[in-house]
Amino acid sequence: MTPDEFNYISTLLKNTSGLVLSNDKAYLLESRLMPLARSNDLTSVEDLVRKMRATNDPKLATSVMEAMTTNESFFFRDQKPFDLFRTELLPQLMLDRAVQKSFRIWSAAASSGQEPYTLSIILKEEAAKLAGWRYEIIGTDISHDILAKARAGMYSQFEVQRGMPIQLLVKYFDKIDDQWQVKKEIRDHVIYKYFNLLESMLSLGKFDIIFCRNVLIYFDPPTKTKVLSEIARVLQPDGRLILGGAETVLGISDRFAPVQGKRGVYQLTS
Amino acid sequence: MKSCLIVDDSKVIRMVARKIMQELSFETIEAADGQQAIDECVKRMPEAVLLDWNMPVKNGIEFLRELRGMPGGDAPVVIFCTTENDIAHIHEAIEAGANEYIMKPFDSEIIQAKFVQVGLL
Repeated sequence: MTPDEFNYISTLLKNTSGLVLSNDKAYLLESRLMPLARSNDLTSVEDLVRKMRATNDPKLATSVMEAMTTNESFFFRDQKPFDLFRTELLPQLMLDRAVQKSFRIWSAAASSGQEPYTLSIILKEEAAKLAGWRYEIIGTDISHDILAKARAGMYSQFEVQRGMPIQLLVKYFDKIDDQWQVKKEIRDHVIYKYFNLLESMLSLGKFDIIFCRNVLIYFDPPTKTKVLSEIARVLQPDGRLILGGAETVLGISDRFAPVQGKRGVYQLTS
Repeated sequence: MKSCLIVDDSKVIRMVARKIMQELSFETIEAADGQQAIDECVKRMPEAVLLDWNMPVKNGIEFLRELRGMPGGDAPVVIFCTTENDIAHIHEAIEAGANEYIMKPFDSEIIQAKFVQVGLL
């Protein structure tokens, strides 16, 4: 691939999804776009780029963006944020919302659904305490394909074994042939929506807890600042933001400050 | 160093599991059936057991029930590692005292994830 072709794709990705593709990630273009080239009856990624330039086909541009932004996910990923959610954030939220008895959680890069379903399962496990409460988990992603998989809640044996404790697997999944499907009672608490984090977030409504893990790492600093400013607008004043282990707001946004003693958890500054 | 007893009648599976467990800094002991595994546990109770289901002499579930009845037999973390992947088998394993369950085929990532889950890594 010529530097010119690489620049064409990386500019497209930056403008449409905020994804920053450094020069050392050129190999990712080959491995992720080759299947797309083949499905378009093309023999190389170079041909794919030529076709995109010649046709300016928005559908093709979307397919490229989806292929490049789809990331692997698994249930209870990193475990600690979910332990923290169950043992500290949720009890505090239940005290803070004791009158309304309702809350909303946003999984901002839901991918194939593992994070929202993990949260839904944790909440189901706390069902006795949550009797009479209403809650909603919104899962968003930038890929229509991955959202379709998330909605179906169907996973391979390999996918469910990475992180899902066996007791929870047999309790909250149905085995259908070689696949495992999240039970309806868990799926029903999750609403999936297509959403691009570079857009205004106000249409999503307000949230009490926002999980935005392992997304900011793909953005350049100005984009990170913009996304965090938008998140600040849709987080309740006493809400909590959870970022990935390798992410921080320091030097990027003054709208958030770390919550002492709770790694990866942030609150709004006044 | 924590020890892991690998119980499987397949030499190849034992070898693959041994490599993975040694990479995770476990000392490994091997047994080719449930009876050999009981004998090993009498000698020294391991911290973890990676356990196949279908084996000659004494199968995995029989071993597990006997282990849980032995003095100190409630201590080892037992992870089934088997081709039996239906819900009925998984329930039976949990009722017999299994801590986790891996459905074959497995890889090092799955084994590592399960050992993190049970708190041994």
